[in-house]
Amino acid sequence: MNLATKDIKHNFGRFSLTTGGIGLLLMLVMGMGGIYRGLVEDATSLVERIGADLWVVQKDTRGPFAEISRIPRDLEDRVLTVPGVESAHGFVSHTVQRDYKGKPLRLTIQGLSWPLDRGLWLPIAAGRGLTQAHYELVADKSSRLQVGDKLALGKEIFTVKGLTKGMTSQAGDSMAFMTLDDAQAVQFDLSPESIRIERTARVNRLFNIDLGQIQPQLSERASGPSSGLPALGTSMISAVLVSVKPGYNIEAVAKQIEAWPDVSVYTEDGQKQLLLTGNVDRARRQLGLFRVLLIIVSAIIMALILYTLTLDKLHDIAMLKLIGARNSIILGLIMQQAILLGCIGFCIAYLLGQWIFPYFPRRVVLVRGDLYSLVIIVFVISILASLLGIWRAIRADPSEVLS
Amino acid sequence: MMSRSNNNIALQAAGLTKIYGSGHTEVVAVRDVTVEVNRGEIVALLGPSGAGKSTLLTLLGLIRPPNTGRIAIDGTLVFDNHQAKVNVRSFRRQKFGFVFQKANLIPFLTAAENVRLAMEINDQPARASRKRAMELLEYLGVAERAQNLPSMLSGGEQQRVAVARALANRPSLILADEPTAALDSVRGRQVMELFRKVAHEQNAGVIVVTHDHRALDIFDRTLEMEDGQLHEKGT
Repeated sequence: MNLATKDIKHNFGRFSLTTGGIGLLLMLVMGMGGIYRGLVEDATSLVERIGADLWVVQKDTRGPFAEISRIPRDLEDRVLTVPGVESAHGFVSHTVQRDYKGKPLRLTIQGLSWPLDRGLWLPIAAGRGLTQAHYELVADKSSRLQVGDKLALGKEIFTVKGLTKGMTSQAGDSMAFMTLDDAQAVQFDLSPESIRIERTARVNRLFNIDLGQIQPQLSERASGPSSGLPALGTSMISAVLVSVKPGYNIEAVAKQIEAWPDVSVYTEDGQKQLLLTGNVDRARRQLGLFRVLLIIVSAIIMALILYTLTLDKLHDIAMLKLIGARNSIILGLIMQQAILLGCIGFCIAYLLGQWIFPYFPRRVVLVRGDLYSLVIIVFVISILASLLGIWRAIRADPSEVLS
Repeated sequence: MMSRSNNNIALQAAGLTKIYGSGHTEVVAVRDVTVEVNRGEIVALLGPSGAGKSTLLTLLGLIRPPNTGRIAIDGTLVFDNHQAKVNVRSFRRQKFGFVFQKANLIPFLTAAENVRLAMEINDQPARASRKRAMELLEYLGVAERAQNLPSMLSGGEQQRVAVARALANRPSLILADEPTAALDSVRGRQVMELFRKVAHEQNAGVIVVTHDHRALDIFDRTLEMEDGQLHEKGT
């Protein structure tokens, strides 16, 4: 005869409510782990999906995600001359925030090196990839944009041509993909008034230096478009993505490019490590701390619940002891209930999580390994939580029945 | 007395003393009590409140150890002064049946399960326990309530189930602490008669602590406690 299940059956309402509460608490623990996994996945998914062998960035920076990196666009051509390099694409990444249909819309814009990179690697969930050099956009579904939506960015109107799934930045913002030129146009967009003011300021600066005094014709160029000024040189990008030819050693190619005094080079794993040990690390530790605290709180609450449930049964436990029940029977009654409480709570947490997590603002990724370790943690805290109740039950005096 | 070998003696206790507290707060609850109960005998234990009846019951029921004195059950020495000579809880499980003022049935078990529980914790096979539980409930006239929870039974029915539980392991001794206090006089007498029937038919020694002097004719012997001391009153 199983006393634990008989007692639960008899007090089904109370047990259900208690397990529901424990389930909600465990759902938070599970959610914290899932948010952490989502954070890691968000941070590394783009690097993984792009699949570049090497990332060439500004010297001594951890760019382009962990830190700002600015390199000239013509670095692509220089990289292509290195033996073993199959392809080199420019890459631009920046975040914009616009009002769209009355709500703020944040997009992390990734520039693709058109026409070499048409975003064929993107996980398209609806619509299609880029087929034009300008004014087309592929956005992630989490932005809530729809195929065919039109969005004003810079001085142009972009049409959403496709939607990806699961492409969010490490900050949780939806990613949007467009050609590199368009991405730069959006990034460096200035209002006409700003351009006019800058041109006037530029002419004034010119007349205040010797060059302006001895070359007055420069003032005509200075008041014209920035692109007409040789001093500005080529436009800036965030990184150059390099694919190494099969048969070549990636490390060797990296070493060769790294020898240049103006760039730093990271492999795909190196880039992921930068992301995980940089921006994500603090959030990861914070979430980990919250997770540990929640587990401790869950254990304390479970211990108090089990202690209260034991107090309610103390007279019956004293009676059991009086008629000679072994301690193992009494321990079994409390411990089985604790384990059932934990296990059913875990199942409730999992089922509720499956339903609620997709509505969380940040991605929650439940990994099988994390779920298994949480099962073990729940099992251990169930046993630990029952100890307080067991301690009280063992102290129950059979003579209490007589009083 | 302890050396006397008689298969019919359920309980032998000699020189039992129980003292609570120490120094100024010392209370002698039971003082040099000697008592013997045979199998098949029903004994009433009378006495005013505070006389030490319940304390004596905890000593005889092996719930608490005496400070001095010896207790033997079925000829086996269990307590020699405060020292237990056997596994007391296991001994209690096999040799004793308890009935109280309140039935003290486990509320989440049915009447039949309450009786079965006493046998299953004594390692009786489930099938045999089920059979004997039904036989006992039938014997005590509550078989039709076997599948009911205690909350669905009347006070008298609950007390009958408690008696069935006490009899489950064929005990040598049944200790009953004011078992009729919560019942009206008619039902109280019925329960006392039930104890007599149990003592005689099941061959168990029965000690009943009671205040009810109207039912004393049922008992084979009457003992009276006063200030921790026990006196034989005769039938």
